[in-house]
Amino acid sequence: MSKPNPDDRYYSRDHEWVIYYSDGTAKVGITDYAQEMLTDIVFVDLPEIGRKVVQHATVAVVESVKSVSDVFAPISGEVIDVNAVLEETPELLNQDAFGDGWIVKMRLSNPDELKMLLTAAEYDEMLQEEKH
Amino acid sequence: MDYCPHTSDDVAQMQSVIGISSLDELFADIPEKFRLKHIPDIPEALSEPETLSFMSSLSQKNKLPHVTLTGAGAYHHFIPAVVGHIVGRAEIYTAYTPYQAEISQGILQAIYEYQTMIARLTGTEIANASMYDGASATAEAAVLCAKMSNRNKMIVARSVHPEYRQVLRTYCWANGYTVVEVPCAPSGQIDLDALQKKLDDQTAAVIVQSPNVFGVIEDIAPAVDAAHQKGALLVAGFTEGTSMGILKPAGTQGADFVVGEGQSFGNPLNYGGPYLGIFAAKEKYMRRVPGRLVGATVDKNGQRGFVLTLQTREQHIRREKATSNICSNEALCALAAGVYLAALGKNLRKLAELNVYKARYLKNRLLELPGWQDVFSAPFYNEFVLRCPDAGKVNKKLKKEGIVGGYELEKDYPELKNALLFCATEMISKEDMDKVADLVK
Amino acid sequence: MELIFEISKPGRAAAGIPASDVPSINIEQAIGRKYLRDDLDLPELAEIDLVRHYTNLSRRNFGVDLGFYPLGSCTMKYNPKINENVAALPGFTGLHPYADVKSAQGNLHLLYDMQKSLCAIFGMAEFTLQPAAGAHGELTGVMMIKKYFEKKGQKRRIILIPDAAHGTNPASSALCGFEIRELKSNGEGGVDIEHLESLMTEDVAALMLTNPNTLGLFERNIEKVAAIVHGKGGLLYGDGANANAFLGKARPGDLGFDVIQLNLHKTFSTPHGGGGPGSGPVGVSNALVDFLPVPRVVRKDDKFKWSEKFPDSIGRVRAFYGNFNVIVKAYTYIRSLGAEGLKHATEMAVLNANYIKERLKPYFDLPYDRICMHECVFSGNRQVAQSSVHTSDIAKKLIDYGYHPPTIYFPLIVHEAIMIEPTETESKETLDTFCDAMIAIANEAKENPDGVKNAPVTTPVSRLDEVLAARKPDVCWKKS
Repeated sequence: MSKPNPDDRYYSRDHEWVIYYSDGTAKVGITDYAQEMLTDIVFVDLPEIGRKVVQHATVAVVESVKSVSDVFAPISGEVIDVNAVLEETPELLNQDAFGDGWIVKMRLSNPDELKMLLTAAEYDEMLQEEKH
Repeated sequence: MDYCPHTSDDVAQMQSVIGISSLDELFADIPEKFRLKHIPDIPEALSEPETLSFMSSLSQKNKLPHVTLTGAGAYHHFIPAVVGHIVGRAEIYTAYTPYQAEISQGILQAIYEYQTMIARLTGTEIANASMYDGASATAEAAVLCAKMSNRNKMIVARSVHPEYRQVLRTYCWANGYTVVEVPCAPSGQIDLDALQKKLDDQTAAVIVQSPNVFGVIEDIAPAVDAAHQKGALLVAGFTEGTSMGILKPAGTQGADFVVGEGQSFGNPLNYGGPYLGIFAAKEKYMRRVPGRLVGATVDKNGQRGFVLTLQTREQHIRREKATSNICSNEALCALAAGVYLAALGKNLRKLAELNVYKARYLKNRLLELPGWQDVFSAPFYNEFVLRCPDAGKVNKKLKKEGIVGGYELEKDYPELKNALLFCATEMISKEDMDKVADLVK
Repeated sequence: MELIFEISKPGRAAAGIPASDVPSINIEQAIGRKYLRDDLDLPELAEIDLVRHYTNLSRRNFGVDLGFYPLGSCTMKYNPKINENVAALPGFTGLHPYADVKSAQGNLHLLYDMQKSLCAIFGMAEFTLQPAAGAHGELTGVMMIKKYFEKKGQKRRIILIPDAAHGTNPASSALCGFEIRELKSNGEGGVDIEHLESLMTEDVAALMLTNPNTLGLFERNIEKVAAIVHGKGGLLYGDGANANAFLGKARPGDLGFDVIQLNLHKTFSTPHGGGGPGSGPVGVSNALVDFLPVPRVVRKDDKFKWSEKFPDSIGRVRAFYGNFNVIVKAYTYIRSLGAEGLKHATEMAVLNANYIKERLKPYFDLPYDRICMHECVFSGNRQVAQSSVHTSDIAKKLIDYGYHPPTIYFPLIVHEAIMIEPTETESKETLDTFCDAMIAIANEAKENPDGVKNAPVTTPVSRLDEVLAARKPDVCWKKS
């Protein structure tokens, strides 16, 4: 059973979440549902600080034993911090995908893009539909 | 003679279970116009004795030399008897890739041990389970450097084996990378000044070979520094693995990748294949290295065991994001190499020393002959280049006596007219070398 | 079992080195201290311990010579021993690749004849024997396609690949700078013709098709598929991994394929070696002959030699000529089977696969219930739904019954896939006993799922921690 999707953040159709801060920065990660689908995560390929990405571009790569998944940037911007702990302890992403398992921090170049994302309720609905 | 156990009873029973009355019904999906009645132009079946007789005659159309003086990428070394016996174990050679680890601990552990021996020998931290051959391993290392750095230029020393450079060009053309060559200095080693001039911020990799095609030992460390200063990586290749019995390996000198040909380790000449691509690197590249990797782990009872690991790098999972498409490699050749290295152990040093003595004896004998000259001044291992009055004539004389002469370099290096590349391994006797010197006087 | 390094003891050696018959020299003087290594850390064992170590390792391994090995897509047929004996003949093992061609006429004749034989079997105009394995052949094939369009002055960027394809297909294409578009399969497991028509443009260089496909099904619409691709000037690439399904029954060249790569270690019985060496010849239609790798064997009267006089060649994909010793074994196989033997092999391979399909279909979900070719694909969905027993559990339980498991989780388009390829060299008794085991496992999955999930229990190690191996990779032993 996945953990409930917190409503303090936005969601993408590719199972990423974004917490937007008033200073124009944001924290990005993948949802608990996503980590469950991936099963045991063995490696997280983090970007360099300073990398600029456009919305939907790959910002990180998550590897499990049997699969590789791209993490797409839900919004455009510049990477200003990465969760280096994931390099040594990738399992943190399985354990706490919504909290300590965050992946990158970004400075947004176009906050309007947030309007295109889903709320927690909309993401819940999307997951329900996917199950059928 | 075929190997199907089916009797006509078997076939009848099976057809009835399937619900068909003739084998043709199994091939009904093939559009009628394409159905073949029989394969044209293939001779009739042969019984086992006939097969052996036919193939033996074919093998006897070859003429095996008494002595070979050619190395140039493939080397005649002694293969201890144990190697053949071990790679002939049916449990190993009739097995496939060890995806089901629990019933493949044999090959998995053997390859883990091979990986370890290769890493130690090359002075690196990790080695993979094998590539196809030295040339493609070198090309794949170069491609990997480009993909990691997003740069698209390769610099290769002209003293890298000509066929390795050709393969590099083919792989680079396919990926849209450019290849630039750097000449060697009069000593026979790479021209470092020329290298510096060609290095820029578009260079992904510098590829050198040591000992190089002329047998000359390269000084790797300065090339590493030059490359790294411009943000490029250093790929150090080799064709003669036994040289690492005495020579400081490129890994110890800072090379990022050490790649090359493992045929010298327990694999017969076999007219060019199957050979063994060795691929070793610094630990930081572990998750990017192509090919298979065997890793140690534990089972649910805490017992040590081995599995294929980091498979997500491989083609079957990464698909279009893969940096290589290699699937089957040369596992049995790698096993032969592992057995060879374990059989020799520290005697690999003695073997390499013997190669050094033999090569120097041959060179000195040939230099006594009128008109024969040394070409390169840098130190060498078991291959060397000499200029003689008429290379073609020399080889012709030797051929008459069943001796394969030196490799004629002019076709690949037009400036090296009448230059011959000689190799002397532990397989050539003093007697034979004296005979050679007498013959070509 | 101990590692070889753990049995090593200083001062021991298995292989001695003869004394020098030439004067020894001072190596440090001759070469220079800076070029010499300090330590040489290799194991030191007596020969008896070396042999015991590797012999015991081999007893922890499973090969076709031990038991049934129905790995789908791998064609684990019996490896005839005559092939091994022939390949060990000194005439074949002893020549240096740079030996004068006059001394290598036996080898050159063999290679030339092998190419001609493959042309006849597969209906192609010419073959290269240079690639070292199937994936290498695939890369070679895609490179030739690239060169073909370069020569025509056409910039085509796309290659179409079916969703059921093997992972090497997209990898090979990407390595030559092509973009991949995925082609949907239809309800019958074949190419979705409408989707193909919509995707096939003049920007598409080729369609890479495995036929029969990875579901073991022959492409019924092959004529239409070829017409659509050729109609827009594209090329049809055939992944010949499944060639065991059609020897003597159909030829890719006749079906319209322009390039086809083979796996000698699959279809032509050469041993898999625990992961190689294999050999991946590539056959081409007339349109692509000029682009074949060099050097190529050429014949004049009854003499053979190597030639590089092919200016449009893609160049070399490896040093020397190919996995020659593997080719010797495959050639021996072709000569000993003859045309009728090759056809018979295919007939029995397909018969065996259909027999297994019929016996197992009451017990496992069969996504495509039609005549299959040399392999059949089941799904473990029923067992998952019943009691959470997965395909991987079924596979591990088969090990306890003495079998190598079939291919699992491939092709990707079948959920919980189980791909079974018996090959023609298995008897009806072997197939029956295997099916009995599968049926017993299906029952156990229902009645006692834990019995299946805990498998294997008869092996030297139980299920291994792959997560640990991937999180904290240990690929090189370090003394503690």
